[in-house]
Amino acid sequence: MERVKAVFSKQNRALLAELVRTDFKLRYQGSVLGYAWSLLRPLMLFGILYVIFALVIKSGDGIPHFPVYLLLGIVLWTFFTDMTTQSLGSVVGRGDLIRKIRIPRWTIVFSSSIGALINLGLNLIVVAVVMLINQVGIMHTAILFPLLLVEIYLFALGISLFMSAAFVKFRDLGFIWEVILQIGFYLTPILYAMTLIPHRFQKLQLLNPMAQAMQDSRYTLISHDPKVITISRVFDDGWYRLVPFAVVLLVLFGGLAYFRSQANSFAENI
Amino acid sequence: MDDIAVTVDHVSKSFRLPHEKQNTVKSALIHWARGGRRSYERQRVLKDVSFEIRKGDFFAIVGRNGSGKSTMLKMLAGIYTPTSGGIQVNGKLTPFIELGVGFNPELTGRENVFLNGALLGFNRKEMEAMYDDIVGFAELEKFMDQKLKNYSSGMQVRLAFSIAIRAQSDILLLDEVLAVGDAAFQQKCFDYFEELREQRKTVIFVSHDMDAVRRFCTRAVYIKDGDLILDSTPAEVADLYIEENMQSTRQKDKNIDGQAKLYKLTSKIIEQTDDDVLIRFSYSAESDDDMYIGVSVLRDGVSIAEINTKNLPPLQGTGRITYKLNITHLNGGMYQIGSGLFRSKNAELLGVSRTKAQFMVRGGDLTRGGALKLADSWILK
Repeated sequence: MERVKAVFSKQNRALLAELVRTDFKLRYQGSVLGYAWSLLRPLMLFGILYVIFALVIKSGDGIPHFPVYLLLGIVLWTFFTDMTTQSLGSVVGRGDLIRKIRIPRWTIVFSSSIGALINLGLNLIVVAVVMLINQVGIMHTAILFPLLLVEIYLFALGISLFMSAAFVKFRDLGFIWEVILQIGFYLTPILYAMTLIPHRFQKLQLLNPMAQAMQDSRYTLISHDPKVITISRVFDDGWYRLVPFAVVLLVLFGGLAYFRSQANSFAENI
Repeated sequence: MDDIAVTVDHVSKSFRLPHEKQNTVKSALIHWARGGRRSYERQRVLKDVSFEIRKGDFFAIVGRNGSGKSTMLKMLAGIYTPTSGGIQVNGKLTPFIELGVGFNPELTGRENVFLNGALLGFNRKEMEAMYDDIVGFAELEKFMDQKLKNYSSGMQVRLAFSIAIRAQSDILLLDEVLAVGDAAFQQKCFDYFEELREQRKTVIFVSHDMDAVRRFCTRAVYIKDGDLILDSTPAEVADLYIEENMQSTRQKDKNIDGQAKLYKLTSKIIEQTDDDVLIRFSYSAESDDDMYIGVSVLRDGVSIAEINTKNLPPLQGTGRITYKLNITHLNGGMYQIGSGLFRSKNAELLGVSRTKAQFMVRGGDLTRGGALKLADSWILK
């Protein structure tokens, strides 16, 4: 308890707030539209994918409110990629601080994760507006949605901690991670209905925490239609459905342990 | 035990320097596939160093470049962790070793003040309360909404310094702060040091400026190649530092000439007070000629005065002679002492001192320039 208190001490909170503020100011330095880009970027991506996958290819397979389904998927995936790619270079990017001042190393990774969370919040407002326009009724399961966000956040945080520390020594990681994200983009059911996937692959696919959390989010927010396939449906409530959560915890604590083992030598290795 | 601020207990630090720099996964994989383990060179930067710093000490860590003194300071600050040994700190220690850490050129002066303040542990409310004082001290009121990249380096240092002195610590770490800034800023630094000394704060100080070491410090250690070789008074440590520096320049001289010189002359500042500078000349000659020394006092490479020892008994063989110069008539600035050894009977130059001894006269009188403080006055009608 004392240690948790120390982690969120007054100084650390002030430092976090200032780091997040700086990141935000610098990201849109010199652009005319500034902060609006954090909304425009996913909206434009959504527009393109909507035309291709909802109007032309029709990968929705009759899922109710498919545009909202598509948008929610894109927003959650954008959050995951934003947070992990920004965190990846965060420790190296703040090398001047690490070499010259004693600050808790985790604040650096944490601050870039908060930046991504703020973006997610803005994007979810857009999702809410689109839900209103599409006349999606609010269901009682919506209460569970924040828990799924926590799950995605912790998963991304574990990866971020691991990668930001490993990136200090292995600079290839940036390119490797880019490729992994590309693969993940198609392995995760972002653009298509899962009903188009053979049943046994559905099982495999949903062991990925991102796929599981995304489908559950769509289930809790958009529709309980049987075509919105979730992990509980695929595994018929078997214990396998807990695998993604175990993966999240494993990644989180593994990332944390690795980060802590490396943190003391950041200053020498950067 | 209560009056000890910092205990450094048998601290060693080595860095692992990989022989083949493997910054990429590919090279690591290739190396691993070959069955090789990474070969490292262990560079021992500090070797079993121990010392204690009492509360209220003004403590200098002195050493030549690459001796390990900055590594020591970084370990004290908690930026590096010792490879072995331990450091106990009793009290709050400043976390930074340099001014203006985290300054971002793309942010305005104002934004940088808040960012830098947060790094020192202040939240926004506390910074707002101090903001006017900080800006006032730095004398930058008009520039705070400009981006830092448009500041001159002097302005940046002023801003950084006025934030840094707000850090309420019991123990301060200062690395070469005096190397930057103009004379007026250095004066501000000195005033601040005096203030710290009056408040009996503990200060740990790394510098090449032996004048500052003599003037402010109460204790000093000398580190050479990672070994602590002297833990003593500032005067003794400063002497050793200057002596070691002289030695290495003398060695260089020999290499250049490739032959032993018949006549040698060296000069060295041995003491400086507010009023006087003592310069010691050491000479040696392998002949029995009568000699004298000629001295010129230079400023900006221009001689402002010449003195010789012709009216003293002639010099012979090997010996030393000390010249005392009253500096109260000099304006602030850097001065050099050039010197030569002459044969008395024909004034032939036998040798010159290879290195010029240097000293600095402090003074911030903005109404006077040039070298000499003339005995003068203004008459108002």
